[in-house]
Amino acid sequence: MDIFISKINYVLYFVLFTLGFYAMMAKNNFFKKIIGMSIFQASVILFYVSMGYKKGANIPIVPESHNVDVNLFANPLPHVLMLTAIVVGVSTLAVALSLLQKIHKEYRTIEEDEVLNLMEEE
Amino acid sequence: MLEFIILLILVIFAFLSLNVKNLFTASIILGAYSFLTCVLLSKMLAVDVAFTEACVGSGVSTVLMVATLCKVGFKTKD
Amino acid sequence: MKIYYKLVAILLLFFLISLTFDFPVTGDLTSPANLNVSPYYLENSVKQTHIPNVVTTVLADYRGFDTLFETSVILTAGIALILILFKSKRQKYSFSNLPRTTKGTDLVCQNSCKLAMPLMQLFALYVIAHGHYSPGGGFQGGVILAASFIFYAISFGVPNALNRFFKNKRQMLAYLGVLIYAGVGALCVILKKKFLEYVALKDILRVSDEMAHSYGVLFVEIGVALTISIIMFACYVFLATGNSFDDENL
Repeated sequence: MDIFISKINYVLYFVLFTLGFYAMMAKNNFFKKIIGMSIFQASVILFYVSMGYKKGANIPIVPESHNVDVNLFANPLPHVLMLTAIVVGVSTLAVALSLLQKIHKEYRTIEEDEVLNLMEEE
Repeated sequence: MLEFIILLILVIFAFLSLNVKNLFTASIILGAYSFLTCVLLSKMLAVDVAFTEACVGSGVSTVLMVATLCKVGFKTKD
Repeated sequence: MKIYYKLVAILLLFFLISLTFDFPVTGDLTSPANLNVSPYYLENSVKQTHIPNVVTTVLADYRGFDTLFETSVILTAGIALILILFKSKRQKYSFSNLPRTTKGTDLVCQNSCKLAMPLMQLFALYVIAHGHYSPGGGFQGGVILAASFIFYAISFGVPNALNRFFKNKRQMLAYLGVLIYAGVGALCVILKKKFLEYVALKDILRVSDEMAHSYGVLFVEIGVALTISIIMFACYVFLATGNSFDDENL
């Protein structure tokens, strides 16, 4: 139980992950699926950045070049990878929203079961 | 301790955003979710990532969603 | 059917929680993530490049190849969005033929746009230029620049914004951004070094080794900011109007 308390932040990241994943599978509205994708991506970003945190450290901006004590600065590598991830996430969101508009133009609805019924009728 | 409180509020916001009936409200709550993520990231000393998440997540992303919703309609059944 | 989805989600949650027993505690100084390559970046980045912000150095110098393809992903997403919403009739994209509407939306929006937009653009250029010394860089500055264009489009109407910003096919500057990035790399190859090895620029610019790295990172960030700002504004325009520029709305 002690271990569980000290790692409660990982558990909450995984709860967010599962919420986003369930929303992408089970929600009927396409826009709610896109919201689920966004929640899902934010939880993964939080998880990675939490790996770069060092207790008692400062932000990774190094003012001088001699005798750099590595334990005084946060780990910069997860930050760099997550910068790319955020920007790719917003690009995916833009393409998903354009697909949503196209579906609405064609079928006049954005509920998944109505779209599937209309597709079967054609 | 602060991290734990912010994470709990994040889970509540995520759950709320997925269950309201009005899609406009859902996208605004997602903007608030993005802002809380930014605060948590800067608490974890990732200031570049927090800056990007604030600009992109609760700025451009919310605007793009609301712009699409004006074309598509705000009502939803679930 | 939904009960199966709930079951799968709960099983996934328990599986992931069972993995947390192995993870290091957050904040541990000796966790494997903090021990292998990161000490090298933290110790040697200021010595080799004279840039205090280690995240910018790693993004544009040590892992510059990654960032090149990330910029091209953004460009490709913009092109994909335009192609998805493309109309099948032959449509001539000459934005200067659109009717200039003088009525936009609210008076409050218009006046605050007139006050705030130059400050937003100045701040965006500040963030791009100071990526070396403070949090910021090409991505964040490009998105703030795009946000200023979007603010103008919301206050004054999309045709007015397109007449101001996308006259004479100025949106092709988005391609120029990726070309600048890849061009800096190609210039390094032409000067007989490897791709994106910024030391090659020291003969052209006549500076020391470390300042050549610093200038290389600056040029590359300018390219990224150019691409991102134009693509984000184009995404807003195409999503808000649904690619029908005759009937006007937001």
